[in-house]
Amino acid sequence: MADEEKHKTDESRRQFLKNSGYFAGGLVGGGILGSVIGWQVDEDTQNQTQGEQTDQGNQGGPNFNRALKFFKNQEEFQRLSAATERIFPEDDNGPGAIKLGVPYFIDHELAGEYGNNDRLYMNGPFHEGTPYQGFQSRLKRKQIFKEGLRVMEQEAQNSHDDSFVNLDQEQQDEILTKFQNDEVKLRGVKASDFFGMLRESTLAGAFADPLYGGNTNMEGWRMKEFPGSQMSYMDEIGSEEFVEMEPRALYDHLH
Amino acid sequence: MATRLEKTDVVTVGVGWTGGIIAAELTKAGYNVVGLERGEDRSTKDFQMIHDEYRYDIHHDLMQDVSKETITFRNNRDERALPMRRLGSFLPGSGVGGAGVHWNGQTWRFLPYDLQIKSMTDEKYGSGKLGDEYTYQDWGISYEELEPYFYQFELVAGISGEDNPKGAPRSNEYPTPPMKSTPILDKFKNATSNMGLNPIQMPSANLSENYENPDGQTIAQCQYCGFCERFGCEYGAKSSPNVTVIPTAQQTGKFDMKTHSEVVEVIQEGGKATGVRFVDTVSGEEFIQPADVVVLTSYVLNNTRLLLQSNIGQPYNPENGQGVVGKNYCYQILPGAAGFFEDQKFNTYMGAGSLGATVDDYNGDNFDHSDLDFIHGGSISITQTGRRPIGSNLTPSGTPSWGPEFKKQSLNYHNRTLSVVAQGASIPHRENFMDLDPTYKDFYGNSLLRLTYDFTEQDRKLHQHITEVCGEIMKEMGADIIEKNQMDDHYDIVPYQTTHNTGGVIMGADAETSAVNNYLQMWDSESLFVVGASAFVHNGGYNPTGTVGALAYRAAEGIQQYLEQGGGQLVKSKSKSKLT
Ligand SMILES: Cc1cc2nc3c(=O)[nH]c(=O)nc-3n(C[C@H](O)[C@H](O)[C@H](O)COP(=O)(O)OP(=O)(O)OC[C@H]3O[C@@H](n4cnc5c(N)ncnc54)[C@H](O)[C@@H]3O)c2cc1C
Ligand code: SF4
Repeated sequence: MADEEKHKTDESRRQFLKNSGYFAGGLVGGGILGSVIGWQVDEDTQNQTQGEQTDQGNQGGPNFNRALKFFKNQEEFQRLSAATERIFPEDDNGPGAIKLGVPYFIDHELAGEYGNNDRLYMNGPFHEGTPYQGFQSRLKRKQIFKEGLRVMEQEAQNSHDDSFVNLDQEQQDEILTKFQNDEVKLRGVKASDFFGMLRESTLAGAFADPLYGGNTNMEGWRMKEFPGSQMSYMDEIGSEEFVEMEPRALYDHLH
Repeated sequence: MATRLEKTDVVTVGVGWTGGIIAAELTKAGYNVVGLERGEDRSTKDFQMIHDEYRYDIHHDLMQDVSKETITFRNNRDERALPMRRLGSFLPGSGVGGAGVHWNGQTWRFLPYDLQIKSMTDEKYGSGKLGDEYTYQDWGISYEELEPYFYQFELVAGISGEDNPKGAPRSNEYPTPPMKSTPILDKFKNATSNMGLNPIQMPSANLSENYENPDGQTIAQCQYCGFCERFGCEYGAKSSPNVTVIPTAQQTGKFDMKTHSEVVEVIQEGGKATGVRFVDTVSGEEFIQPADVVVLTSYVLNNTRLLLQSNIGQPYNPENGQGVVGKNYCYQILPGAAGFFEDQKFNTYMGAGSLGATVDDYNGDNFDHSDLDFIHGGSISITQTGRRPIGSNLTPSGTPSWGPEFKKQSLNYHNRTLSVVAQGASIPHRENFMDLDPTYKDFYGNSLLRLTYDFTEQDRKLHQHITEVCGEIMKEMGADIIEKNQMDDHYDIVPYQTTHNTGGVIMGADAETSAVNNYLQMWDSESLFVVGASAFVHNGGYNPTGTVGALAYRAAEGIQQYLEQGGGQLVKSKSKSKLT
């Protein structure tokens, strides 16, 4: 992007300062002061993040983020990758889940707060509810993914005598549809609950800020013409035309 | 053993909009106020990394942590209530500022009709308009009496708005002019004008210009940044308790705010509340905070639960309709229509929480219900709040929810879809109520609140009628594909709808049928005030907080009066049988 975009950024920062009345008399508290001054764009790192991020890190070396902290064997991880790619496949519009880094995103999320159900109410007793009562499984999300991927492979072997990753797209879709419609049985959770989580986390990985390891190079956002985290739309909000902008990530707020 | 702290004049349970308003008003009047807030402190400087949809929108970082405390839910009394294990249908706040930090800021006054809904409906349509199972009643206060308090809240929050010919009458202009209009809003305004309706720019707590409120607090101009609903404002441009009433209270030197302090009981001695028991959630220590006045400002759900848990007031019994605490739980009905535009793209990613345009022609009793078998209606709006990519994947119905076709369509329509949605009124029903769950407990071993709720016939008819109107507006706006909202067979706790829960500790003129008087003072405990949308007798056709704010200012005045006169009920109950 580089110079042109950076220029625009500085402009909008100045515009914001003007609009907010910050210069006029310190209307805004320390938060703004800190953030405005903190948002100095470091030209070098800025340019580097625009580069290919899938497998390369910021210094042109390996991207050390691309390793596993939850899954223990590659077969499981590749099965997960294949499933996410069916949910959000590569097409003429742009990359699919795998190129967007979604499988790594999910692996990393499962290792932390999300996978541990940290913010879910997990006290028993557990009962199956009506569809209107929501999620009622006793399992953590990380266990649900393990169980879901286990049954996915079992289904592939049972119906096609082969590994899920080796099936063709139609066969993979057929199996995923069975999960979606609760036509397979999982231990401790409904197949459709697992499928819902798989879909939800695939989309999150495609579109969350790249800080989480997915949405590689903000390509997910570009496909939706979503410009990410901009500081202000004060000057564009009245525009009759659709405004295309180079997206920005939270990275820019710190560097 | 709980440690007994020094007595204070007033203690509030929770420090959101209502707690903040009580604290500001009473400390300004010279009283000492302790504010107990279960969550952490936060202010504008904590919102520098706020443009993070995954953390704040999808995973609710600023909201109640249901691993510690949730509600249980069932559609009707024959079902077993089960815990809401994940936040969904509504998103209660937690932490200083409460949900006021991450609200949108759409700030309305309920209509005069709302406050006298029963007598005005009876007068116009006869007393049998709805069956006896609908427990709607007058609020015990008229619009004229409440009007000054609405204005007080609007002045403190600096609300940006313009005159509304179909809205509640105003004696004063809004403190700041309306926000900017946009092509999306203009499309709605033109269409509704063509239809003979009366569009206005939505009244907003995202301010159109820099503003200093009467307490000397400053609120900055909104930047239309698109991360507003569910986010804190990094500019201090969204009116929240944190940039208005809380600093006002703190500057008096008389406000002692304690965070990480979860109140577990209201202590009642000799028919009066004398303080609260709370847990320091960091150290685990227990304390008793004695006070002359206890104010519950802990939102609808905990206002109700704390009363039930502390055995104050008569719990509502759906079998015979007796009792008041937990009664008249209402929600928000959401009629609407989505429109898909093949050849137009809109800047949907820009916006602000209350950037919108509205018509009130189908709200309250603004249209004739003689030939209709429901009452009330709703405000109908288009909003431009900032569409974000994880949560929003819009496709015409019939599109699969994943795979190649899903990807293609959801990318295509992301910036080509608009929706017109109503905040439909919710009328109370005998079978919709709150009580304590017999099985499930919170982190502190106390019973969870149990919600029993489903849509009623009234809700379905209102939904259908207003949805038709939304569809016509969408047609006039020129959408190529129009999809009208369908009401599910039952209320569903999973998808987000609104955080407009109301009722449970309702206000009124009669202690037999209401829990608090029109100062929100408990009929059964004169030193206890219960403030919030818990006092709503039904939910109107608007977002609630404008009316919540008005009631909080009214309550603050009542508390001051109570302290000055040294106790007593501020209002005499209509029915003689109750203590007054
Ligand atoms: C995403 C979202 C958008 C919204 N948009 C709008 C809008 O546009 N317009 C509108 O009118 N309304 C809107 N609302 C609703 C609005 O936020 C609420 O009406 C308002 O914040 C209620 O204020 P309150 O003080 O009653 O409760 P809250 O703001 O919820 O504050 C209650 C406080 O009490 C604390 N608390 C609870 N229990 C305890 C306890 N036991 N001990 C100690 N502390 C406790 C909580 O942590 C919380 O901080 C929105 C809400 C949400 C979530
Ligand atoms: S839209 Fe406006 S009020 Fe809302 S968060 Fe952004 S700048 Fe603040």
